[in-house]
Amino acid sequence: MSPSNNTAASKSVPDRTAGAPLDQAATDHVVEVRDLVKTFGKLRALDGVTFSAERGTVLGLLGPNGAGKSTLVRILTTLLRPDSGVARVAGLDVVADGQRLRSLIGLTGQSAAVDELLTGRENLELVGLWYHLPKREYRRRAQETLDLLALADAADRLVKTYSGGMRRRLDIGASLIANPPILFLDEPTTGLDPRSRNELWRLVRERVGAGAAVLLTTQYMEEAEQLADRIVVIDKGTVIADGTADQLKARTGGATLEARVTKPSDLERAVAVLGDLSPTPPRSDAEQRQVSIPAGEGTDLLLDTGRRFQEAGIPLDDLGIRRPTLDEVFLSLTGRSHGDAEPSSAEVAP
Amino acid sequence: MTPALAFRDFVGVAKRNLLRSVRTPGLLLYALQPIMLLLLFRYILAGAIKVPGGTYVDFVVPAIFLVSVLVGAMTSAIGMAEDLESGLIDRFRSLPMARSAVLTGRSLTDAIRSVVVLAIMVVLGVAVGFRFDSDTGRIALGMVLILAFGYAFCWMNAAIGIAVKDPESATNAGTGPTFLLLFASNAIVPISTLPGWLQGFARNQPLSVTVSAVRALFEGGNAAHDVWLSLAWSAGIAIAFFVISYSLYKRAAAT
Ligand SMILES: Nc1ncnc2c1ncn2[C@@H]1O[C@H](COP(=O)(O)OP(=O)(O)OP(=O)(O)O)[C@@H](O)[C@H]1O
Ligand SMILES: [Mg+2]
Repeated sequence: MSPSNNTAASKSVPDRTAGAPLDQAATDHVVEVRDLVKTFGKLRALDGVTFSAERGTVLGLLGPNGAGKSTLVRILTTLLRPDSGVARVAGLDVVADGQRLRSLIGLTGQSAAVDELLTGRENLELVGLWYHLPKREYRRRAQETLDLLALADAADRLVKTYSGGMRRRLDIGASLIANPPILFLDEPTTGLDPRSRNELWRLVRERVGAGAAVLLTTQYMEEAEQLADRIVVIDKGTVIADGTADQLKARTGGATLEARVTKPSDLERAVAVLGDLSPTPPRSDAEQRQVSIPAGEGTDLLLDTGRRFQEAGIPLDDLGIRRPTLDEVFLSLTGRSHGDAEPSSAEVAP
Repeated sequence: MTPALAFRDFVGVAKRNLLRSVRTPGLLLYALQPIMLLLLFRYILAGAIKVPGGTYVDFVVPAIFLVSVLVGAMTSAIGMAEDLESGLIDRFRSLPMARSAVLTGRSLTDAIRSVVVLAIMVVLGVAVGFRFDSDTGRIALGMVLILAFGYAFCWMNAAIGIAVKDPESATNAGTGPTFLLLFASNAIVPISTLPGWLQGFARNQPLSVTVSAVRALFEGGNAAHDVWLSLAWSAGIAIAFFVISYSLYKRAAAT
């Protein structure tokens, strides 16, 4: 046997301990996406998406069905290869550095990825093992995560006996178990009851407080508003708005004050009453017997209006301040309501 | 990724699959089919099939041993397809675990299942009148050939499962090649009773070669040539389908 002259160049790839803080000081952008394109056959699911997210913040990806949110998340979590463009997470290219990147991210995908034939605890412990946590560590973290997500009582039951919300929570737990510094949550609160949803929001804030970055997709303006430091609105594979919740709302005109008169004949008078309170002419809707004006800072205006209607002797069915809904954000951003979104319409877009 | 970490990932996958298989009735069902075949050939068809120089029990039971691990191997296709369909593969692929672990972990589970099924079949085979006429070393080698062939088929079925991505199609797609090889072979009837145009294929295809080797090892006779040939087939099939599975797996969710 000839002696091996094979100078085993042991290029030790540093296997990051998950949970370690991001030390890529150079990259303030935890997520950086530039001109990202992904096509499925003729469909351009992502058609040149550009945005970035900073560490210690929550980025909300808002968009209607088929907008490309999940496609984007799947590319950023190395599950899909982009056709062109750049996608970097934690300074690592999602295609070239996928393996190193995967120890830094946690993913809860849109559809549950939990093993029905394992218990909740087994599910979490295995994920911990695959994050390469030491055994003692993943056992401890699994128990903590079960407690955190109110699954401790069901921990040793097979997941197939879990309710939908319990599965969802377990699925979220799987992405939290190794405390990864970057979390991707694809519509995490779908199917959760209000209490679990609030719990999850609290959890997300806590992780962000500890320095993590979170990218979450949602179809709910409220969720984006509650959680996201910045919101990127995408539609038909392109970014149509990017800013804070307030900035987005400002673009849609902000909150409105709406008054609905009891008698249709009072509509004219109601317009006159509100006209005094608003720099712009009130909008009236005869069919709804409703008059509305932009409402800047809420309550004073509301009280004032109430008083004036009383003084004028105009009976009202309803009076209130309404925040813009996602529908309205969409209406103003795209010129159509988000229910009309058609995934395939990306093909006919100019 | 160090080999030690990759090994740990692989053990994790194997553990998961084992936990799954003891919690599904699947394992029992897959033992049931070979048992039915054993009884069918032993008690119903044995009278109708004549084999030269020996009893039909000794002729057919070694082949039934092989069939039992092949039928077990079909669960590989179903298991892979189930994982792909349920979205679990997406989770695996988003974790820093070794890419190969999902596949190699499954194949270890498959191998363990094959050993269990084979042990059951040997006990039952002897119970219905099969007798080894050989020494321990040759018997052990025969078992190794059966398990190796089954293992190779696990890789074939894993590739099928990844390719079709749906448990029901996987069941059907996995059945095809296995039963084709089984019926166009020397497993159930002597080659000489098959139609002439089929004999050339039937004599040289891998399942027949393996059956010949195993029969010779269990019942006496010159086995060396078929043993090597069978091992070569098993190695070739396993390697080819490992490569195919691996590249299909990498691409599975990437489109
Ligand atoms: N694997 C695929 N093959 C073909 N088309 C796909 C595939 N994945 C996504 N698409 C298409 O790409 C478009 C974007 O899908 P995506 O899942 O990213 O939307 P989304 O914004 O997550 O929608 P939702 O709110 O419904 O989850 C859709 O038109 C969808 O049909
Ligand atoms: Mg989606």
